[in-house]
Amino acid sequence: MREHKTIRKWFWVWDFDKEEIWLNEMAQSGWILDKVSFCTYTFVPCESGEYTVRLVCASPDKEYLDFMEETGAVYVGRMAQWLYFRKETVSGSFDLFSDLDSRIAHLRRIGTVLTAIGAANLLIGMANSLNSSVHLGWVNLLCATLLMYALGRIHEKTEQLKQERTLRE
Amino acid sequence: MGETSALTESTYYILLSLWTPQHGYGIMQQTEQLSGERVRLAAGTLYGALNALCEKGWIAPLPVAHGSRRKEYELTDTGRTVLRQELSRLRQLVKHGESILGGDADA
Repeated sequence: MREHKTIRKWFWVWDFDKEEIWLNEMAQSGWILDKVSFCTYTFVPCESGEYTVRLVCASPDKEYLDFMEETGAVYVGRMAQWLYFRKETVSGSFDLFSDLDSRIAHLRRIGTVLTAIGAANLLIGMANSLNSSVHLGWVNLLCATLLMYALGRIHEKTEQLKQERTLRE
Repeated sequence: MGETSALTESTYYILLSLWTPQHGYGIMQQTEQLSGERVRLAAGTLYGALNALCEKGWIAPLPVAHGSRRKEYELTDTGRTVLRQELSRLRQLVKHGESILGGDADA
């Protein structure tokens, strides 16, 4: 098996921009993301600055992935709703969003996903708390609380962008 | 928002690039070229905008050639009208700017 490096790391959902910066720092130091699974990143060697890495919350349908590949981006993999792409720097700059509207839409999508998972945890948690034979309801309620906190952080980011949007695109 | 309100810069350049039918990557390249690399459309932004413009009926996808992954788009009649309206709005903006700053705004 060719040389590789596996790093386990946890990022909170509101820190997705920090995750992206970290992945690009890895690429700068000669390790490019090659595989991703739950909290586990696998890297293979590359030239320093050979790639740019981007991640996005989107549904991995064929049409979307085809479109990305048409622009020269390579799909690396996904972790839940997060898709990871890399692109060789020689084939041009690589950004997923170039205006405030699409950044706001992206944050809204993250918010929708968090709301759905949060609501499910809340319902399961309440049902299990009422059912005296299962005492694990608090786990779901804890998850629901955390997801609501995450939603708040994402909402904060959205409001900042919206305020800027009143002045520029 | 009414249909007479301002287009975003991304929307304006996407519609301009589609004056003749074009695929996604072509729109990105043409926009960069037209704007002298000042305006860059990122892939995710363009993808979302193309879907929204199709829904609005300003552009439409062309039938995909068999075996091709590339989807081409064309302006609809509504799209052409919107683009013409935006051009006259922009002309007015420039005229107003020049009437106050004078023609030497760059100096």
